[in-house]
Amino acid sequence: MNSQSNVKEVDGAVVVSEKRTQKAVSTPLFSKKKLKDAGLFTLFVGPVFLAFTLIVLIPFFSGVYYAFTDWNGITGSVQWVGLDNFKYLIFEDKQFHASFLLTTKYTIVAILLTNVIGFGLAILVTQMLKTRNILRTVFFMPNLLGGLLLGFIWQFIFVKGFASIGEITGIPLFELAWLGDASTAFWGIVIVSVWQGAGYIMIIYIAALQNVPQELIEAARIDGANKFQILRHITLPLVAPAVTICLFLTTASSFKIFDANLSLTNGGPFKSTEMLALNIYTEAFVNNRYGIGEAKALIFFLIVAAISVLQVTISKKREVES
Amino acid sequence: MGHKYSWRTFSVEIFAIVLGLLFLVPFYYVVSNSLKPFAEILTNTSALPKVFQFENYVRAFEMLDFFNVFKNSLIITIASNVVLVIFCSMAAYMLVRTKKKISNIIFMTFVAAMIIPFQSIMIPLIKTAGNFGLLNSVWGLVIMYLGFGSGMTIFLYHGFIKGIPVELEEAAIIDGCSRFGVFWRIVFPLLKPITVTIVILNSLWIWNDFLLPSLVLQDPELRTIPLATFFFFGQYTKQWDLALAALVLGIIPLLIFFFSMQKHIIKGITSGSIK
Repeated sequence: MNSQSNVKEVDGAVVVSEKRTQKAVSTPLFSKKKLKDAGLFTLFVGPVFLAFTLIVLIPFFSGVYYAFTDWNGITGSVQWVGLDNFKYLIFEDKQFHASFLLTTKYTIVAILLTNVIGFGLAILVTQMLKTRNILRTVFFMPNLLGGLLLGFIWQFIFVKGFASIGEITGIPLFELAWLGDASTAFWGIVIVSVWQGAGYIMIIYIAALQNVPQELIEAARIDGANKFQILRHITLPLVAPAVTICLFLTTASSFKIFDANLSLTNGGPFKSTEMLALNIYTEAFVNNRYGIGEAKALIFFLIVAAISVLQVTISKKREVES
Repeated sequence: MGHKYSWRTFSVEIFAIVLGLLFLVPFYYVVSNSLKPFAEILTNTSALPKVFQFENYVRAFEMLDFFNVFKNSLIITIASNVVLVIFCSMAAYMLVRTKKKISNIIFMTFVAAMIIPFQSIMIPLIKTAGNFGLLNSVWGLVIMYLGFGSGMTIFLYHGFIKGIPVELEEAAIIDGCSRFGVFWRIVFPLLKPITVTIVILNSLWIWNDFLLPSLVLQDPELRTIPLATFFFFGQYTKQWDLALAALVLGIIPLLIFFFSMQKHIIKGITSGSIK
C-alpha cells in the first residue's frame, strides 16, 4: 500500500508502465481461462449441436431452397423455378386441395371428439370407483401402440369384426363396407385416432382435475349447487389451462397424422382419405417430384408453425394474467 | 371425499366398466382370432376359439424373423436413448450454467426447431444422408434420432437443471473437481427423475416410429418391429391368421414395457405434456 502510493507520487510514467504490466500479465491469464471455457462449452454442447445441425437444420434450410426448384432426384440438374411449384399447388393440384380440406375437416372432428371423450373419461375415473385404477390403465392402453399397429388392428375390426357383429345383431351400421367407402373410411380414421388419443388426453385432464381444491367443491355443494353447476362454474374454469394444452396437443398431432392413415386405408379408396402428410410422402417418394413435395412440405410447416406460435402466445398470456 | 359407496356410484361404476370393455373389444378380436385356424376366422369371427392353437404364432414368429426384428428394435431404442441422455444432458447443463448470449441463441434454436414437422425435413434428409453414409445403417438411424430428439430432450433437461442450486457445484470445484467430474458425479445423479421421464417418452416414440426407419433402413435384415409388421401385412393381405399373430407379437413387448413401468409412464406423460 505504502510503496504503491510512493510510486504514483514519484513519476506518472512509472504508474503507466505498472498498469501496462498488470494488463500484460492479466490478459493471457484471462484468455487462457476463456479458452478453457470455450473448449468445455464445445465439448458439452458440440456433439448434439453437430447432429442437430446435420439432421435438422441443414435439411430444413435446403428444403426451403428446393421448394423453389424442379428437383426430381433423378437428373442431376436442379433448376430454380421461382414460385412455379406454389402456383401449381394453388391452381392445379386437385389432390392437394382435397387432402388439405380433408385434413382440416379431420383435425376439427378429431380435436372435438378426442377432448370431449378424454375429458369425460377423466371425470369418470376421478369418481370414487373401486375399479378406477384398472380403468385408467384400460383407457390409456391403446395409446402405447403406435399409429401403425393401431391401424392394422382396426383394419381387421372394420373388415371382419364389424361384418361379424352385423351378422349377429343385424344392425345395418355394422354391415357397411367401412373401408370401401370414402365417407365411412374417413370416420374409420377418426374412430382409430380417438380410440388412441382419448386416453392420453385423459391422463392430462386427470392431473388437472386432481389439482382442483376439494374445499371449493364442498363449499359449492353446501351452498346448494348441483353437479352440473359445479362442473360448469368451478371445475371447468380451474382446468382451463389443461384444456388449452390438450386442444393444441390434439391439433398438432391430428394435423400431422400419417401412420394410422397409411396402415388403415393407405389413402384409399381412390385417394379419398389421403391426408396431407401422406400426400407429401406420395409426391416425394412415389411420384419422385421432390421440388413439388418440398413446396407442399413448406406450406405444411408454415401451418404447423402458426398453430404452435399461437399456442405459445396464448399460454404466455395466461401466465401473465394469472 | 369421504362419501359412502352409494347406488349412484355403483351405477356410474357399471357404466365405466362397460365403457372399459368397449375399449378392449378390438384387442379381444385380434387376440382371439389370432388363435384360430384360418377357416374359423372367416366363419366365426366373434366367438372364442374352439381350440386354442398357437400354430399361427409359430409360423408368424419364423416368417417375421421375430427374434432378429425384436433385437433391431431393442438396439435402436436403447442406443438412441443412451446418446440422447448423455449428449443432451451435457449440453443442457452447459447452456444453463454459461450465462452468455450464445447459450441463449443455441437453446432457442433447439426449442424453435421442435415445431418443424418431420415431413418438412425428410426429403432433403434422405437424399443427402446417403452422402454421409447414414442410410441403411443402425448407427445412422441412431444419429438421426439424436438430431430429432435433441429439441425436446434438451428442453426438458434445461427446465430441470435451472432448479438445481449452483452452490453444490461451486463447492466441488473448490475441492479440485473438474467441470466434467462435477457434471457426472454431482449434477447427473440429481437429474434422475427427469431422465426417467425423458427415457420413457423417447422410448415410446422411437420404438413405435415407422416413417423414419422405413426411409433409412432398406435392408430387410435391419427392419424394426413396425417395419416388419408393415411389410408382413402388405405381403399377407387377407391371410388374417398369420397377420393377426404377427400383430400380437408386435404388441406384446409394448405391454410388458407398460406394465413394468406403468407409474413412471403416467407421470412422464403428465410432466412431459405440461411443458
